[in-house]
Amino acid sequence: MVKFLKRFYLSLIFIFLYAPILVLIIYSFNESKSRGHWGGFTLKWYGELFRDRDIIKALYYTFLVALLSSIISTVIGTFSAIGIHNMGHFGKKLALNINYLPVLNPDIVTGIALMTLFISLRMQLGFLTMLLSHIMFNIPYVILSVLPKLKQMNKHTTEAALDLGATPSYAFRKVVIPEIMPGVITGALIAFTLSIDDFVISFFNTGPGVTNLSIHVFSMARKGVKPSINALTTLMLLTVVILLLLINKRTTKGDELIP
Amino acid sequence: MKRICILLLSCLLIVTSLIVLPGCKQDRVVLNIYNWGEYIDPDLLVKFEKETGIKVNQDFFETNEHMLAKLEGGGSYYDLIFPSDYVIEEMIKKDMLHKIDLNNIPNFKYVGDRFKNLNYDPDNEYSVPYFWGTLGILYNTEMVDEEVDSWDILWDEKYAGQILMLDSMRDTIGVALKKLGYSVNTTDPDKLEEAKNLLIQQMPLVNGYYVDETKDMMINGDAAIALNWSGTAMDIYWEGADYIKFVVPKEGANLWFDCMVIPKTSKNKAEAEMFINFMLEPENAYQNSLYVGYVSPVTEVFERIMQENPEVADMDAYNPSEEVLDICEVFIDLGDSRPLFNEVWTQIKVH
Repeated sequence: MVKFLKRFYLSLIFIFLYAPILVLIIYSFNESKSRGHWGGFTLKWYGELFRDRDIIKALYYTFLVALLSSIISTVIGTFSAIGIHNMGHFGKKLALNINYLPVLNPDIVTGIALMTLFISLRMQLGFLTMLLSHIMFNIPYVILSVLPKLKQMNKHTTEAALDLGATPSYAFRKVVIPEIMPGVITGALIAFTLSIDDFVISFFNTGPGVTNLSIHVFSMARKGVKPSINALTTLMLLTVVILLLLINKRTTKGDELIP
Repeated sequence: MKRICILLLSCLLIVTSLIVLPGCKQDRVVLNIYNWGEYIDPDLLVKFEKETGIKVNQDFFETNEHMLAKLEGGGSYYDLIFPSDYVIEEMIKKDMLHKIDLNNIPNFKYVGDRFKNLNYDPDNEYSVPYFWGTLGILYNTEMVDEEVDSWDILWDEKYAGQILMLDSMRDTIGVALKKLGYSVNTTDPDKLEEAKNLLIQQMPLVNGYYVDETKDMMINGDAAIALNWSGTAMDIYWEGADYIKFVVPKEGANLWFDCMVIPKTSKNKAEAEMFINFMLEPENAYQNSLYVGYVSPVTEVFERIMQENPEVADMDAYNPSEEVLDICEVFIDLGDSRPLFNEVWTQIKVH
């Protein structure tokens, strides 16, 4: 009975999480433009998706910015985390509190503040400013996900490596990096997700010709979201699921190799 | 380490190439337009590019206020924007717009006289109308038996939980003001207080404050009555949901215009004027009006669509009568009273 309740509860959670996505996928095949009624099966929204140059452009910039900003902010964030980890008590507290600021600040404040900064620096708003702003709001999350891993790490292992003749950089690569890798990967994934998801900061820091999917979808608020967006979401979801399945298959294979 | 270096270098390479490369191919003029989403037929952009050799770059905004905040910040250099009436007035006051040279826009003659020299731009120096419409009540004829002709129905307890309001400050407060018999542009604190109380009193009857969800909820029959723009009503009509009707109440409502304007930041004023002229060309305006579903201010287009779809002639959403138009008002910029409106709106929304 308890087992049944547990399963029931779990499936309820999954239904709540995935039912909206399922509905969205179903309606990407809907002939009618409204989510209200079913007008018959069609693939026309998929065709329209690839003919819509604005959506394709937005998709391109979304992924480019997400990819670049997550990589760059992961590198910067990891190094900062290591630096903060090795600071004295007071410095650490100060640095961490400053690090929390962008996390706690409302997006619109960060967005407009960055915009005014870029303008006062006479930078033209566009791809570069959007990328910089994404890197900026990603870094704190990377730091926050790497720091706990550093705390867990036994600092004597690094010292041992140094004692045994490793150069600091060799010890860093062979001892520290492998230990904190899970944190780094988590940070990179969070950064990537946040970057894809962001609307407000991107809106204020982008310029003519550069847009992302969030801006594109939000701008449809007045006229209603076009089903092409459903089609796009379906395709993106499918890609992610296939990627995850492939990765899972590979990692389980790897496990089997270890006796 | 080597791998990391290679990775970093390749990243840098990509970034720099992305920044530099777009600069190389800009040998032809690029017209940057800033528009609402889904508010222009993309085929027309392609046609314009073919005809003139000017490349069109389209970006989007979601509300007038966001657009204004972004523009005032500076740093962006759009050539053509599509704001609404009261925002145009504000932009004129703030000296953000170029005067449009109507000599370069011969097709302006096709615009109906009713849409010229309106109070937000009295001499038609800065703006050219793009689409127009009214605010009114959408209702489901299968759920509402009585004849709808007054804002009072939005306060009718019979429809508790079936009423959708509009999440738009000026429109919603404007309705309460109109119901009380005041102007939508009043800035009298006492009148606004009354309007606020009226809207708070209505709260228990309201299903929610929405914008884009309204259309689907009405088609689905999830609600009986909704406050919305005539554009939405036309959208619903073109989708074939004939059980949804739209009416402009007898107390009057708001008459809105979305226009084309050229901001001072534009470096391609002549090309922007070419584009405005292109959009007013009856054939293009017709195509655009069918795509967007909204009503065009170009008389020829207005009449052509009415001939092809005779039933729209009787619809308030498409062809409101002279009397209706006479009692409708156009929003004017609130100026210093904006904080007052914001305050009232916040108090309504927290309930």
